[in-house]
Amino acid sequence: MAEQVQDESKRDFLALSAYVTLGVGTVAGTLGILNSLTPSADVLALASIEVDVASLAPGQAITVMWRGKPVFIRRRTPEQIDDARGVALSALKDPQTDAERTVEGKEEYLVVVGVCTHLGCIPKGQKEADVRGDFGGWYCPCHGSHYDISGRIRKGPAPLNLPVPEYEFLSDTNIKIG
Amino acid sequence: MSQANQYKGFAGWLEKRLPIISPADHFFNHYPTPRNLNYFWNFGAIAGLLMGLMILTGLILAMQYTPSTLHAFDSVERIMRDVNYGWLLRYLHMNGASFFFIAVYIHIFRGVYYGSYKGEREVLWILGIVILVLMMAIAFMGYSLVWGNMSFWGVTVITNLFSAIPVVGDTLVTWLWGGFSVDNPTLNRFFVLHFALPFVLLAVVGLHVLALHQVGSNNPLGIDMKGPQDTMSFHPYFTMEKLFFIGLFFTIYFLVVFFAPNMLGEAINYEPANPLSTPEHIVPEWYFLPFYAILRSIPDKLGGVIAMGGAIVALGLLPWLDRSPIRSARFRPVFQIMVFVFVIACIILGFVGAQVPADAFQIYGVQVFGSLSVLRTGQIFTAIYFGFFVLLPFVPLFERPRKMPRSIAEAIDGHA
Repeated sequence: MAEQVQDESKRDFLALSAYVTLGVGTVAGTLGILNSLTPSADVLALASIEVDVASLAPGQAITVMWRGKPVFIRRRTPEQIDDARGVALSALKDPQTDAERTVEGKEEYLVVVGVCTHLGCIPKGQKEADVRGDFGGWYCPCHGSHYDISGRIRKGPAPLNLPVPEYEFLSDTNIKIG
Repeated sequence: MSQANQYKGFAGWLEKRLPIISPADHFFNHYPTPRNLNYFWNFGAIAGLLMGLMILTGLILAMQYTPSTLHAFDSVERIMRDVNYGWLLRYLHMNGASFFFIAVYIHIFRGVYYGSYKGEREVLWILGIVILVLMMAIAFMGYSLVWGNMSFWGVTVITNLFSAIPVVGDTLVTWLWGGFSVDNPTLNRFFVLHFALPFVLLAVVGLHVLALHQVGSNNPLGIDMKGPQDTMSFHPYFTMEKLFFIGLFFTIYFLVVFFAPNMLGEAINYEPANPLSTPEHIVPEWYFLPFYAILRSIPDKLGGVIAMGGAIVALGLLPWLDRSPIRSARFRPVFQIMVFVFVIACIILGFVGAQVPADAFQIYGVQVFGSLSVLRTGQIFTAIYFGFFVLLPFVPLFERPRKMPRSIAEAIDGHA
């Protein structure tokens, strides 16, 4: 106990290097563990799909699965398109024009992720017999959000429009989503 | 260690080598317990017992369960139909969760009513709130394992709550799911957590009991024990009394298990999970309903999530919000009324949480508040829920307490 410390800086060096190693190791290890819980390669591999919409008549809709979520594809009638274009931006909670949500020249087709932006339920409205809400698009039965024929939120607790996924027309009636 | 070993025979032999006899002896035989405890003081023990039963039945169920989206639902059905006494184990586990919450909610009510968070009991109280939050997480993840359609959509809605967090919300949800939707990776990690977290819960319960034995039990009068005239030994007096009451509580529990096992559940959860079909009306299990009602009452997504979390945080802040030196509501006329109003608000919020927001509010088909919508009713009682906590610090300023006895013994015997 009574021994004299010869060189305190040696002891400091040992302590400091031990703490730094421990700190860096802990951070690196934690990041690795957290990262392993993110979507894995096989989940990411199923990230894009192709859909043929040739059989869709105006007014009809189909639902396809993409990344574990339903995607709504609705072929709209000319009246519905006019309806969607006639809405003033000031009337919208998440202002977006219909043109911004469709591909130019293919305005007939609306492609949106069919997951309510409130808490993730599937809105009703894909089937003819479904309740389509006050704006003729979709209606989420969980907490009462109404979407219009452009998939925009018009009434209810959802904060955002139904998101438009990344997609392109490979041919006249073939859509690649993702 | 320095104390003389007073135990004889095997107990003495063991105590010398492993000091576990003396703490156990101290816990049961030398824990001074207030003489005047009423039946409300049984629910902690009941909750502890149910926790043990949940861990035991859970372990056995896990031996038969398959945590994969392809097999989860079928493996639960197999437990119900093919495994010997599987139906009993599952019904015990499923209803055990409900009765665990019943016991814990009454236990919390007891704590609020008799001011059991006062007098150096802050840590004890906070540990209790941690237990409640852990229980909620465990119950929620356990419900998801059944992989019925209500399980699936319940998980989807609740995990989506985190997407309300600004900037990182969506990334966080994808991370939680391990994919772009609730799927196999989600089910797997929930199974692991549902299995592991109860042991964390067990440890926190251990700390809760340790903290209790450090400060001592509160009692219906809220007056500290002043000497042996105020106390009785925990064993055999209170163990006997508790056993009787536990028997009563478990009789009700078993009545439900054997005669109405699905009374508290949703029929739709006997349909396999379907990511393409949201149930018409998503309802959580009954023990989440008041919080769910608070969530839905706020028309803003982030605001709703904050309010729901705040409802539990507010409970945890009670030791600091309640400024009155008097513990028991028996002697606090204003606080007493406030607690009853608070409890009624919680119960009505529970009814609100089970109904469709746009409809008129009904209890068993009767419109109790005229044409008032469910949403509006929820907002009113959410305001009352939080009003309780906001008003609390100001109550001592105008409340005139009732006359209190000087000690527990005086209240019982008429003299100290």
